[in-house]
Amino acid sequence: MELLEAIILAVLAASTPLLLAASGELLVERAGVLNLGVEGMMIVGAACGFAGAWATGSTFIGALCGIFAGVALSLVFALMTLGLAVNQVATGLALTILGVGVSGLIGAGFVGERISTAPRLYIPGLTTLPFVGKILFGEDAFVYVSLALVIAIWYFLYRTRAGLILRAIGDNHVSAHALGYPVLKIRMFAVMFGGGCAGLAGAYLPLAYTPFFVPGMTAGRGWIALALVVFASWLPGRLVIGAYLFGAVSILQLHAQGWGVGVPSQLMSALPYLATVIVLVLISRTRSGGSTAPAALGTVFVPDR
Amino acid sequence: MLDSGSGHARSGAALLQTIGLTKRYGSFLANDAIDIAIRPQEIHALLGENGAGKSTLVKTIYGLIQPSEGDMLWQGEKMVLAGPHDARARGIGMVFQHFSLFDNLTVAENVALGLDGKESFKAMSARLEQVSQQYGLPLDPKREVWQLSVGERQRIEIVRVLMQNPKFLILDEPTAVLTPQEADQLFVVLERLKSEGRAILYISHKLDEVKRLCDTATILRGGKKISTCLPREETAASLARMMVGTEIKQVKAAAHRQTTVPRLVVNDLSLAPDEPHGVHLKNISLELKGGEILGIAGVAGNGQDEFFAALSGERLAKDPGTIVIDGHAAGHLSITARRKLGAAFVPEERLGHGTAPRMRLSENALLTGHAASGMVHNGFINTAATLATVDRATESFDVRKAKRDPEAASLSGGNLQKFIVGREILRNPIVLVVSQPTWGVDAGAAAVIRQALLDLAAAGAAILVTSQDLDELAEIADRIAVMFHGHLSEPLMTADADRETLGLLMGGSALTPKDVPDAVGA
Repeated sequence: MELLEAIILAVLAASTPLLLAASGELLVERAGVLNLGVEGMMIVGAACGFAGAWATGSTFIGALCGIFAGVALSLVFALMTLGLAVNQVATGLALTILGVGVSGLIGAGFVGERISTAPRLYIPGLTTLPFVGKILFGEDAFVYVSLALVIAIWYFLYRTRAGLILRAIGDNHVSAHALGYPVLKIRMFAVMFGGGCAGLAGAYLPLAYTPFFVPGMTAGRGWIALALVVFASWLPGRLVIGAYLFGAVSILQLHAQGWGVGVPSQLMSALPYLATVIVLVLISRTRSGGSTAPAALGTVFVPDR
Repeated sequence: MLDSGSGHARSGAALLQTIGLTKRYGSFLANDAIDIAIRPQEIHALLGENGAGKSTLVKTIYGLIQPSEGDMLWQGEKMVLAGPHDARARGIGMVFQHFSLFDNLTVAENVALGLDGKESFKAMSARLEQVSQQYGLPLDPKREVWQLSVGERQRIEIVRVLMQNPKFLILDEPTAVLTPQEADQLFVVLERLKSEGRAILYISHKLDEVKRLCDTATILRGGKKISTCLPREETAASLARMMVGTEIKQVKAAAHRQTTVPRLVVNDLSLAPDEPHGVHLKNISLELKGGEILGIAGVAGNGQDEFFAALSGERLAKDPGTIVIDGHAAGHLSITARRKLGAAFVPEERLGHGTAPRMRLSENALLTGHAASGMVHNGFINTAATLATVDRATESFDVRKAKRDPEAASLSGGNLQKFIVGREILRNPIVLVVSQPTWGVDAGAAAVIRQALLDLAAAGAAILVTSQDLDELAEIADRIAVMFHGHLSEPLMTADADRETLGLLMGGSALTPKDVPDAVGA
């Protein structure tokens, strides 16, 4: 029972950055923009988040720094793809390379430093409940924020007019423009939101997951987040399932190694990534009915004026 | 009513008037000092060929484009539009030619996007049902657009505009995609809107439609206004002359065309779709002799694309014998092998299917001509031969282009279509399958293409033409069959195929026994 509790806690912790980054990217892609730079925005968020928390001693300030860094990097992407109509795939890949470089530069001075991790919720009487207490009422703020974020995104997309307009732009930007909606402006806000989420997801790693900064500590989580959006077929509800599933795979492989399962550890460590590839292949093969991808995804829009 | 031929309506009565409206793109004048006046309770036609400036003009009136010079007057007062929101706020609505709909959203969501969002979604949905009933335009607000037919999609556009209770409606080629019966229903709605006191600007190049429906017509050519006239007092020929600037050559079939042996035979072809929203082809059979042109009519999306893919070899049939080209079973053969048998194919979509947009014309000539036209030697491209093909196509089909060998995407639609048809005809095919040969092509180019098809048939080739334009089929086809939901009707002799019969077949009624599902084998 205690082992199960520990595993669930670990899964939640491992899933949270995936969920945060993927939620942001989901909104971006719903607006028809494919930002492959999630990994880059995350790693910069991690470096800046750590720097902010180290300087001020506040997890909150650290998280804000992470968000800010993610937004700043996403603005580079927005300028290139929306302002100058550059190819989104190429720009996104370049953004990741840029992000890895910038984070190494910022984080170089912090390697080996240590901060205190994010405080966890404590409600007397609830958090001390056996088994469920710590899982439900003893998490750090990021976990609750990530779940609230998914609900907020769902509400925004399906219950607000602004969300409808965003979905419409992702479906057909030419029509949306013809009806008079500011396609590029709305896309820019979506990209910034996605950048903030990715930055926050990155900041989570040194602020709550491990209390120090290591170059390249995102370790491909940005790519998994991208795959998750496809896995969720652009639906926020499925994103939660997908994120926790991937989190579980990455934690269980650790435990499986501990239990001495006769599989090389390298292969076990590769499991989450293998799962990503397999899921992507399966989804692209078996998708039927209306294609769920936003129809304008990844296409450049230049309004005629 | 307006005096015949006078250029200006009395400005006091005009609902909307433009004075010297000009739109410049660099040195190109898309609209050159256009004066047009539209009064309440008037259906005003805007006529012109592609590139005449019709779209630019209506987009300016709808606030999508800012004019370079000139003024617009709305009810006598100067109007400056910052965007479509401004136009809608004044009571100007527009139904787009290429629908501005969102496939993955529901009907109600699509309508909501066209309104300014001041009422709740629920109230809007209720009003949507009320308006659609009131005008006899039934719609299910909860369905997603991709599930709907083209006619239904247009209904959404119209209802969306009507919900703004507009004083002035712009319709951009609304009947281009409708069956004759659907078009008639639309005219009833338009007459009703007119009787309610609204003004309508009706863009079309179907002249008999304009003569039937419109009170006034303004003709544009090359960005300039040519004249404003009363279409009912003009003839189709005189309107066409004003549109084109010269007489359009009448397409003429050779007097005695001999039909020869069967060149293209389809035996009981059935094919499941490979796309989620595709059409299942069911038991299609036909026989096409050399020297004959068979027209296939039908509303878009009834299996024409799938049939073309099966004929061209983009999709293979299970049984080789289902498609026979010049006596050879070809159902299992690739597109190249079919070309080697003497077949040629012109798909509907010019850019992306018929040509690679960013490749030069010579390279595009190579793409279909590599198999049988001596353009490749030992794996090396014979550039001289590919360029020669471009030159021959240019000369024979009057392809107008800026330089000898430009990118396909730089040509206008009509010129690119002439090039594609020319490229295939120059290969002297014995079977030509061509889909929508003159879709979106100006009248002059359309006449060239139709004449080329007739000449090719006269030279002994078998030609299968798929088209939504019944007038075009009546002009060139010997027999016409109708495709509906993946079934192909028995071909009718063109002389017997009146619009009403074809229209009923296009709508799925009057099925011949062959098309009844019970008679369909496995």
